[in-house]
Amino acid sequence: MKMLIEGFMVMLGKAPVRPDRYTPEAEALLAAKRTPEAREARKRMIAEEKAAKHKNHFWRNWRWVSIILVNLLFVLSYRIDIQVVEGALTGSRFVGFHMADLNSALQVMLAYKHVVINLVIGTSTVLFLWWLFGGRSFCAWVCPYHLLAEIAEQLHLKLAARGLVKDHPLHRGTRTVLYVVFALLAVITGYTVFEFISPVGILSRAFTYGFSLALLWVGFLLVIEVIYSRRFWCRYICPIGMTYGVVGAFSPVKVTYDMEKCLHEGECRKVCMVPHVLSMTRMGYAEDAKMDIGADCTRCGMCVEVCPTKALKFEVKGLSKLL
Amino acid sequence: MIKLFGSSSPDSDERRRFLRSALLGSAIAAASLLGFLPVVKRWSQRLRPPGAIVEHEFLAACIKCGQCLQVCPVKAIRLGDAPDGYGLGVPYIEPREQACDFSCDALQCILACPTGALNHTLSVKEQVRMGLARLSNPESCLARQGKGFKGPARGADFPGIHRYAEIDRWKAIPIADHPYDLESCDLCVRECPIKGAIVMKPMSDDPSDRRRTPEVTADCTGCGMCEMICPAEASAITVEPRAVWRA
Repeated sequence: MKMLIEGFMVMLGKAPVRPDRYTPEAEALLAAKRTPEAREARKRMIAEEKAAKHKNHFWRNWRWVSIILVNLLFVLSYRIDIQVVEGALTGSRFVGFHMADLNSALQVMLAYKHVVINLVIGTSTVLFLWWLFGGRSFCAWVCPYHLLAEIAEQLHLKLAARGLVKDHPLHRGTRTVLYVVFALLAVITGYTVFEFISPVGILSRAFTYGFSLALLWVGFLLVIEVIYSRRFWCRYICPIGMTYGVVGAFSPVKVTYDMEKCLHEGECRKVCMVPHVLSMTRMGYAEDAKMDIGADCTRCGMCVEVCPTKALKFEVKGLSKLL
Repeated sequence: MIKLFGSSSPDSDERRRFLRSALLGSAIAAASLLGFLPVVKRWSQRLRPPGAIVEHEFLAACIKCGQCLQVCPVKAIRLGDAPDGYGLGVPYIEPREQACDFSCDALQCILACPTGALNHTLSVKEQVRMGLARLSNPESCLARQGKGFKGPARGADFPGIHRYAEIDRWKAIPIADHPYDLESCDLCVRECPIKGAIVMKPMSDDPSDRRRTPEVTADCTGCGMCEMICPAEASAITVEPRAVWRA
């Protein structure tokens, strides 16, 4: 419970802290890892791994397939009338059943000030779905902006490696403040203010219904991410991610951490879009020997791919017991 | 307490990060507020699809998904773009280019709407009130000049479509494929999908006077079919979005 609350606070913007107490298992592991021999062994293993330089994009490839497929289904449902998911990511019918993006539905209800029964149905379905699949997995597995931003991020990293650009991080609390601001704006103005700048809605509609001038805004955001601030939108701004983050806090699908296997080299944190969720991979930051990665995790699997010792892996809670 | 901003160390990096966050965060909020301008200034008074609730509530209730657009058999519905401000992604109809002619009979757009931004209590087309047709350019009206009309109503290249019940009850065809030969132009009355919403009135008591004037009645739904079909350039009859009929 305490860890869950801590995870929430970190999602809202709190900096992860070193725990003041460890579980006995963690304590014992830490002690074993701090011996000079263990340090040497780790150094050697890291060096070996660096020399081997294996590249693994298993999860990323599946993710990209998923993002493209889901968005393609929307497009083809209209364009060639296969009628699987009609609408856009903001709201749709999946073979006739209402689906509504949680954040869009929330904005509509705050602005309209009515409880719309179809939206309640639509959001319940989506809520259940994303609770099951891991909350922010929406970001990594469905959101079209995420895919574009990933490409922009690669570009940013290449340019940064050559010293042409520099990352300017923001405080992660920015998103929390904006979340409240957008909710208040919807209530006060009576308009769905956030939808005007939401790259998710803009892209989703543009794919299905054709070019829109609003795409220039999306392009502008991507330029910011390439030249100024890495993953600017997804990390520090997007309220959709936060909404799904809350849903995912209780999800059975999790990336889990096994301290015993960890070499504490930090490769996972370098590739992660939300590295604060991986704070326990730093030596002495894990309260327990085995831990779940926090609510803000998008289940993108990049850390799982990059981890040489499989200290990080996907897990479906309860399923391993069942099997 | 959670410290959302800054840390206890007066580190200048930290201060810069705080400033950057405040600045860019505000910039994002400011960008989102730009959507107000077109709405408040009413730059574009759009004709909304059948059943649209009052404008400000419509913009709030619409979830911007375009499902109404997808079910429209004549593709009359379009989605607003960035210059529409908070009307971005919100459906509208440009009747001169493609009007709603109630081809679907059962108000499919209303049925498709997941949020009730298009009012679900309407069940027949006669209940719809999108606006009101007006004879806004009487001087260009052919009927008022006693003239007839021959040929395709809007020229051979006009892409608009319309359901002609006498040709195919279930499928709309291009207006360009359906030329007319009328002794006296009455296209707005002839193609109006609502019986009695427009009537042709003689302009004098003289029976040899062929001049007629279209008169809009309280039954007009504002669908815009008359505006689309009017062969005069510019259209003699146009729909005023959200206008309400007064005797």
